[in-house]
Amino acid sequence: MLIPCPHCGPRDLGEFTYGGDATRDRPDPHSSPGGGASAEDWCGYVFYRDNPRGRHVEYWHHGQGCRLWLKVVRDTVTHKIEGAEIVGPWADAEPKKQRGAA
Amino acid sequence: MSGYRLESARIGDTVNFTFDGKRYQGVAGDTLASALLANGVDLFGRSFKYHRPRGLFSAGVEEPSALVTLGCGARAEPNTRATVVELFEGLEATSQNRWPSLALDVMAVNGLAGPILSAGFYYKTFMGPTRKAWKFYEHFIRKAAGLGKASFLPDPDRYEEMNAFCDVLVVGAGPAGMMAAMTAANSGARVILADEQSTLGGNLRDSAVATNPLAKLSATDEVTLLPRTTVYGYYDDNTLGAVERVADHLPAPVKGQPRERHWTIRARQVVIATGAIERPIVFGDNDKPGVMLADAGRLYVERHGVAPGRQVALFTNNDGAYRSVAALSAAGVAITAIVEARQEIGDQARRIAAASGAELLTGHVVTRALGGQSLSGIAVATFDPKQGASESAHRHVAADCLLVSGGWTPTLHLASQAGGPARWDDTLTAFLPGEALQPWRAAGACNGTFATATALDQGAAAGAAAAAACGFASNAPDLPQADDEPVAEAPLPVWDARPKHGKGKAFVDLQHDVTAADVSLAHREGFRSVEHLKRYTTLGMATDQGKTSNVIGLALMARERQLSIPEVGTTRFRPPYTPVSLGALAGQARGANFRPTRRTALHDWHEAKGAEMQAAGLWMRPRIYPQGGETVEQAYVREARQVRQSVGMVDVSTLGKIDVQGPDAAEFLNRVYSNGFLKLPEGKARYGLMLREDGFLWDDGTTWRLSEARFLMTTTTANAAPVLSQLEFLLAAVWPELKVAVTSVTEQWAGMAVSGPKSRDVIAAVVDDIDMSNEALPFMGVRAGHIGGVPVLVARLSFSGELAYEVYCGAHHGAAVWTRLLEAGEPFGMIPYGVEALGTLRIEKGHVAGPELDGRTTAEDLGLAAMVSTRKHFIGSAMVQREGLTDPQRLKLVGFVSTDGGKIRPGAHLVAANDTASPPRSLGHITSVTYSPALEKYIALGLLEDGPSRLGAKLVATYPLKNIDVAVEVVSPHFFDPEGSRMHA
Repeated sequence: MLIPCPHCGPRDLGEFTYGGDATRDRPDPHSSPGGGASAEDWCGYVFYRDNPRGRHVEYWHHGQGCRLWLKVVRDTVTHKIEGAEIVGPWADAEPKKQRGAA
Repeated sequence: MSGYRLESARIGDTVNFTFDGKRYQGVAGDTLASALLANGVDLFGRSFKYHRPRGLFSAGVEEPSALVTLGCGARAEPNTRATVVELFEGLEATSQNRWPSLALDVMAVNGLAGPILSAGFYYKTFMGPTRKAWKFYEHFIRKAAGLGKASFLPDPDRYEEMNAFCDVLVVGAGPAGMMAAMTAANSGARVILADEQSTLGGNLRDSAVATNPLAKLSATDEVTLLPRTTVYGYYDDNTLGAVERVADHLPAPVKGQPRERHWTIRARQVVIATGAIERPIVFGDNDKPGVMLADAGRLYVERHGVAPGRQVALFTNNDGAYRSVAALSAAGVAITAIVEARQEIGDQARRIAAASGAELLTGHVVTRALGGQSLSGIAVATFDPKQGASESAHRHVAADCLLVSGGWTPTLHLASQAGGPARWDDTLTAFLPGEALQPWRAAGACNGTFATATALDQGAAAGAAAAAACGFASNAPDLPQADDEPVAEAPLPVWDARPKHGKGKAFVDLQHDVTAADVSLAHREGFRSVEHLKRYTTLGMATDQGKTSNVIGLALMARERQLSIPEVGTTRFRPPYTPVSLGALAGQARGANFRPTRRTALHDWHEAKGAEMQAAGLWMRPRIYPQGGETVEQAYVREARQVRQSVGMVDVSTLGKIDVQGPDAAEFLNRVYSNGFLKLPEGKARYGLMLREDGFLWDDGTTWRLSEARFLMTTTTANAAPVLSQLEFLLAAVWPELKVAVTSVTEQWAGMAVSGPKSRDVIAAVVDDIDMSNEALPFMGVRAGHIGGVPVLVARLSFSGELAYEVYCGAHHGAAVWTRLLEAGEPFGMIPYGVEALGTLRIEKGHVAGPELDGRTTAEDLGLAAMVSTRKHFIGSAMVQREGLTDPQRLKLVGFVSTDGGKIRPGAHLVAANDTASPPRSLGHITSVTYSPALEKYIALGLLEDGPSRLGAKLVATYPLKNIDVAVEVVSPHFFDPEGSRMHA
């Protein structure tokens, strides 16, 4: 499987580590006056996962490359990848200049 | 079967070889099969279950019967197909699954027990009330059924891995593949052409093609030719796996060459031209040596100059098999009869039949093979497509070889791995490639195109299209002219030719001894879906993966269920196409090269001083520095004692080190660690705990504040990489607003811990510019300075409980600083100590490490509850207060001392001394053990149910696997200097 790293280009699966479901949001610990999200919210975030057949949004870590965390949209049946984006403050950084480009 | 070498055969160099110890001669270019056939050998092996005599069935990878063990000793390779083994001087082959000999096999009585050993025998016999009987019979059954045996010796050969990239990969170098490769190469595409055979060309090598395109294709910078290479698997993103047999045709690999080379090929486009495999027709005793696929008979004649028999008969349902008649006639081999299931046959086939002088019996089928251990004749009956074979109107025909053709099965394996379900073609009576789900095209026989001329044309078109898809303008070479030939285009669907009450066992899967009756039985017992059929009867599950049997099995099940074949379905093919040696998959990654080895900057020094090294993950660390025949225990006790008495030094370079920088670094650490980091002053270190989101303890280590916005975090050796990944995740996905950057600096720093009452004196003697006084460098203080001009960080940290310092310097200066420190320590008797003594010292202090941080413990379990803040949010804080994690009955850290002098085993379970139950109830377990020089007894750390409330209790640490029981007393884990006065000195 090739993952299209927005920073490095298409790279082999072996360079990445799977980071799990990227559709869940970490509960905001300060969201309610009682000291944060409910136990159910945390349980859902930490333990419960869907196992969708088909389109899925996943975290992948390019640990053997640029070390950026990516959100990858992948079909769990065909392994086809719709796209990948950088997660976090580096998402909007200038892409690395292509070799040979001016 | 009485095969022989044709007089007309071009005689090559003589090659000597042995089969079951008997000497034979073949000629260069032979396969083991063709050479044995030329020597008149007809018995090649015994069958899997019934031990029936088996001969040669095919001339290729589909061979189900002629399986032999090749070579001996460490190079012995079981279950090789004699049909694809290239003969070499001195080759040794041995037959399999027979005892005491191939000709006389006492296990053949299994054949008489046939009705008992039918499909499902083991389940029915041993999975019900008689389940216990399995334990008794298993040994005998395993001995009686099976294939060859592995050698159990280490593989002496070397294997290589290659990665290759190309525009167009062409799999199969027959007519279609050759043309596809030539066309793509002519267009300028970078091409790889792979074929499993030793010579490229496939049927072009034998058939009359006016201009042989082989002549025009040669390896260039842009064209890689890979003969003897099987593309065995089609994976995601057009990645294909292939194995090149570099040296299997030689007695041993040539120096510098591997035995096999694994290729990972990434292709932009793939042309699948994998051809087709002939299939037989089922009849009684159709496994008798002498019964062979029709095209195999042709190949032995045309490629090897070997006649498969002296009186050859043919049984066919299609025109294609007449090619074999033509080839055998041309070579002067007598054909006695052609048994043709159809009433009408093609003109060309009829002309070939007439010219051969054979009796042509149209509308007939073979109902049974006759003879003893090998074929002497065939029973033939009239055949009506509606009624089947006649019960009465039959006759016998003498023959020592029967060539059978039931049509052709396209080789769909790769297409199926990277495509949709196969499509059934009623005219060809064959499955064809389904929808392409990756960029591939099929051409030639694997696409149902059996005529050479059409295959050439289709190959050229596929090659051009593949090149065009890569952006190359098509430049097709001239198509060679192929002769007219009879083609297997519309075989009559005859699957099982027996009359209703036909005699003899009728095999569908020769390799796994699955009969037509087994398929009927599976149907009667409800195993009707194709997946159930396969698993219940084991049809198609052996090393040949049913290459000649799957479609027939399906057809027979379809007949039972009165459905069409596509309604019954087909199983999906999985890699590999043919067996792949584990060596090829492992490549160079074996033994010491199985994974990388990490060495610290001080590694050479440790080895030079005779340290016994041990692996810690990928790292190598000194375990002990033994002196003059010391045991491990003697060595670590001496080392630990010297640290407590004077001073010692240990290499701690393997600790994970992460540089944390940025204006929000302190805030970030405060959210990552369970204890507070916001107020850590510059020049100070703090011990921190990291929890997982689920509230369990994950990692620990000290983090040093080097400046306002810069920290050096240390982690355990094992978690260095996961912690960094987690920090990166948090900064990317959870707190993108924090301005922090993290970088691994584990390998940039060499680290050494100087411990013992004299450690201050040692460092003060060599450090240029740090005031080492207790006031200037207090406990947990960090200072930058120089040792011998080398920049260092000195941190006053203690894992041993002694006055101690960690000295970090650039890895390249590690050895210099280390040696300098040891020289300075000489007056104090300073010694290097290993990780055993490191463990002893920390166990005496009750400091936790990997065995206690096992992923199932909480900070509270380990007595570290005070380090879990209740006033801030951090990773894990939301879940740490869960009921299950605060239950007082949880296993908690306590210490143990051996009260009977026995050595406590790590992993031993703690049980009450008076518990007589079997097994006794476990109250917890021992995690870390050492002999304590300070206490002069064996001590241990362990996790005990509600441990702290049981101090003083007498328990037993039991290790039933070795029958070791040690009486222990529960004590505080802080065995030595619980007030910590020594490290604050």
